[in-house]
Amino acid sequence: MKHLALLAALIAPVAVLADPNPADWDAVKAEAKGQTVYWNAWGGSTTTNDFLAWVGSRVAADYGVTLEHVKLTNTADAVTRVLAEKQAGEDDDGAIDMIWINGANFAAMKEADLLFGPYAEQLPNWAVVDAAGKTVQTDFTVPTDGYESPWAMAQVVFVHDTADMPERFGSMAALLEWAQANPGRFSYPQPPDFLGTTFLKQVLVDILPDPSVLAVEATDENYEEVTAPLWAYLDALTPNLWREGKAYPATGTAMFPLIADDELDLSISFSPGAASTAIANFELPETVRTFVLDKGTIGNASFVTIPYNSGSKAGAMVVANFLMSPEAQARAQDPAILGYGTVLDMNAITAEERAVFDALELGVATLTPAELGTVQAEPHPSWATRLADDWTDRYGVAQ
Amino acid sequence: MKSRRLLPVLPLLTLLAMLGPVIAGLYGTVLPAFGHLPAAGLTGPTLSPFFDLFDWAGLPRAIMLSVGVGVGATAIALTIVALLTAGWSGTPAFRFLERLLSPLLSVPHAAAAFGLAFLITPSGWISRALSPAMTGWDRPPDLLIVQDPWGLTMMTGLVIKEVPFLLLITLAALGQADTRRSAAVAQALGYGRLTGWLKTVFPRVYAQIRLPVYVVLAYSMSVVDVAVILGPNTPASLSVHIVKLMSDPDIAMRLQGAAAALVQLGLVIGALVFWRIGEGVVARLGQRWIMGGGRGKIDPIMCILALTAGGICAFAVLAGIVVLGVWSFAGFWSFPDFLPEQFILRNWMRHGSGTLAALGETALIAGCVTLMALVLTIGCLEAEYRYGLSISARGMWMLYLPLLIPQTAFLPGLQTLMLNIGADVGRFPVMLAHLVFVLPYVFLSLADPFRAWDVRMGTIANALGARPDRVLWRVRLPMLLRPILTAAAVGLSVSVGQYLATLLIGGGRVATLTTEAVALASGGDRRAIGVYGIMQTGAALIPFTLALVVPAIVWRNRKGLRHE
Repeated sequence: MKHLALLAALIAPVAVLADPNPADWDAVKAEAKGQTVYWNAWGGSTTTNDFLAWVGSRVAADYGVTLEHVKLTNTADAVTRVLAEKQAGEDDDGAIDMIWINGANFAAMKEADLLFGPYAEQLPNWAVVDAAGKTVQTDFTVPTDGYESPWAMAQVVFVHDTADMPERFGSMAALLEWAQANPGRFSYPQPPDFLGTTFLKQVLVDILPDPSVLAVEATDENYEEVTAPLWAYLDALTPNLWREGKAYPATGTAMFPLIADDELDLSISFSPGAASTAIANFELPETVRTFVLDKGTIGNASFVTIPYNSGSKAGAMVVANFLMSPEAQARAQDPAILGYGTVLDMNAITAEERAVFDALELGVATLTPAELGTVQAEPHPSWATRLADDWTDRYGVAQ
Repeated sequence: MKSRRLLPVLPLLTLLAMLGPVIAGLYGTVLPAFGHLPAAGLTGPTLSPFFDLFDWAGLPRAIMLSVGVGVGATAIALTIVALLTAGWSGTPAFRFLERLLSPLLSVPHAAAAFGLAFLITPSGWISRALSPAMTGWDRPPDLLIVQDPWGLTMMTGLVIKEVPFLLLITLAALGQADTRRSAAVAQALGYGRLTGWLKTVFPRVYAQIRLPVYVVLAYSMSVVDVAVILGPNTPASLSVHIVKLMSDPDIAMRLQGAAAALVQLGLVIGALVFWRIGEGVVARLGQRWIMGGGRGKIDPIMCILALTAGGICAFAVLAGIVVLGVWSFAGFWSFPDFLPEQFILRNWMRHGSGTLAALGETALIAGCVTLMALVLTIGCLEAEYRYGLSISARGMWMLYLPLLIPQTAFLPGLQTLMLNIGADVGRFPVMLAHLVFVLPYVFLSLADPFRAWDVRMGTIANALGARPDRVLWRVRLPMLLRPILTAAAVGLSVSVGQYLATLLIGGGRVATLTTEAVALASGGDRRAIGVYGIMQTGAALIPFTLALVVPAIVWRNRKGLRHE
């Protein structure tokens, strides 16, 4: 191990003189001390904000790293910022040190050489990450190549208020039938919102006889044919949506107050534990439960990434590593805190660490890992981009 | 004397502080609009960004929204204010409404918009108050009120915020025109109160409030935060679309965004020209109306309507703030309960430390910016008084340029410029960006009272041996305490309410109450929005209260100085 680190240290520095070497962890820790890390992450969820603040207090105490949460309304803002800095020649100390990123933005940044790395698989806690069992090395089918590190697992669940809608359903076709019988009681966030686009993909994955076509890049030849059933589905669904599809909630969490108000009976979420957390925070009625489809639902990992021009790369790596620690992972999985799925391999951590996970009460509306069932793979990002654009042309511009 | 050398350059410095960023920002917008963005390997000139923009199916609707909402909100707000002042100025009811509306000027647009949304959605407070007893609704009806495709709710949100603004401006103008005697003469000739005022006083008053009205028009056409909260999304108004394009990860979209920004600029200029022509038409029709000699038979009805409209504006903002407050303490609160099941402190404990940090940042920025704006404004006005260095009529137009040019047209370009000179980080650039918007408003609210000051006071002080500086510090400024404090309150509230400038120029690192509140908006957590909305309102409202209270205390034994 030591020799490897030495070897890496000898090879790497020539190319990137000022950048810290992730393989030399002691040097990274030493350099990180006193650094301020500006973490650009979506700021719309108060529970996530609280968790990030806790991460900040922990890395300050253990590593002397100051963490500032820059609250975004849209992750693309951060990407734009890095792009603007590159244009302006700000290559050494950009405003952003870390981004909570999603697949499409990651693919864009990776392609434009805006990322620092590879670093993720050299972090000490990578050893306890379940790289074999969870999709932590691909993001929307794009290989991460160590340019982003995972910190949470997410999976689509449907959130329903059992007081108004007692029965779950097992397929997207059943959702359509239910919506036609109960118009105005379902909606999804407006694409290109992340969750809204995910809903489109979920429909497509569920109604296609063979969704494997989605695993490779969409082509001009197959796109029309593959997506035709989706548009037929949405044409039937839209008039039965909340507000007849003339307005959509902005995000996933914006649908919770609508359920609490009894405007909606059903919505979707990308976080299996979010409903339980919201019940605990008085944001959802206690009658709310979640379910998944018979064929399973789409799941993916949440990642953080470090821009190429961060001035605090060492500090950012310390934070990224801390996020993958059993301590942070157990806290994130606690439904009273966040309710996010862990990225860790339960067999790789110590018995005491595992006991903390085992002791977690998952919450009244949270499905167990077994109940969550099959995780379906994310389609290639080219599908998401095209679907969101097409959706906007069809439903997002004219009444 | 130092000030003697400094004073003459202040008008120049003021213009530079306001116009420099605008011109630089526009420059940074025009180039990419014509396809020139060397950083992305694109060189122009080409018209393809415009063709791409015109290909967007939502464009006609987005433009219609921008123009319709902007012109509609301005016309409605101006009508309400004119009728209200005409029918009621000088009465106790008017003074009451004035006291009620003036502080509402300071309520940030975003907070007022949230409040309005919480009131009028199908599950809002009004619906809760009437349900189920009067409506029979057990569940909220599926009605499209907020985010309606015509932008009516957005227009309402702008009207309730612009009525207080225009009313305050009108009141300031009233002091200049010899209104009372004109109105008295008209009434002696048998004209109704409202008709008499409109026929004799309004033309003079409008000439004075013309620029602020244009500002309202330009602002309403290009507003972003209110449009995000209350406006439609299928499609959104043009300015929201610009912000979306500018933040797209695909850099080529910036070209389209820049093109859209220029279209927005053209629309605003077109609307201003249209409005100016409209003024002429109204004036001609008005002359015919005046010559007709009608004494105003329907005056009583119009008076009641005007007071009702003014009352609704005040109610909407006030009740909106109250409902924000209720949500900030709410436990579980289901429809159709009028109040939450339980009131809890947890929302405030959760967000308390975050709001305090944001409040500190907000107060620091707003305080410094307002101080800078006051120094520059008073310097300009004093230079004008002493040396006749007045800003010409053309200069006045330049003064309002930052308010007449859509923010979305020059702020992104400005961001690139600030990056280029290495000034991208920290609050100082944000302060400079805020100054662009705060300065005109401070100037706007202070210039008239400052010029209206009776110069004979200065002559007397001179005769008693006081030098110009001493006259300024010991006579003029103390006498103008209330207008100065009012201008400061206006400046503070403008700075507190800045969203786009803080977000873009601060690079997200500068977190004020407004940026935090709008960031939370997308998550729809009403309790958090309540907490931040209340804090935001407080930050803007407290200075306003002080501006009313302090002169009353300081001049408690000088009735003539209280400007009541």
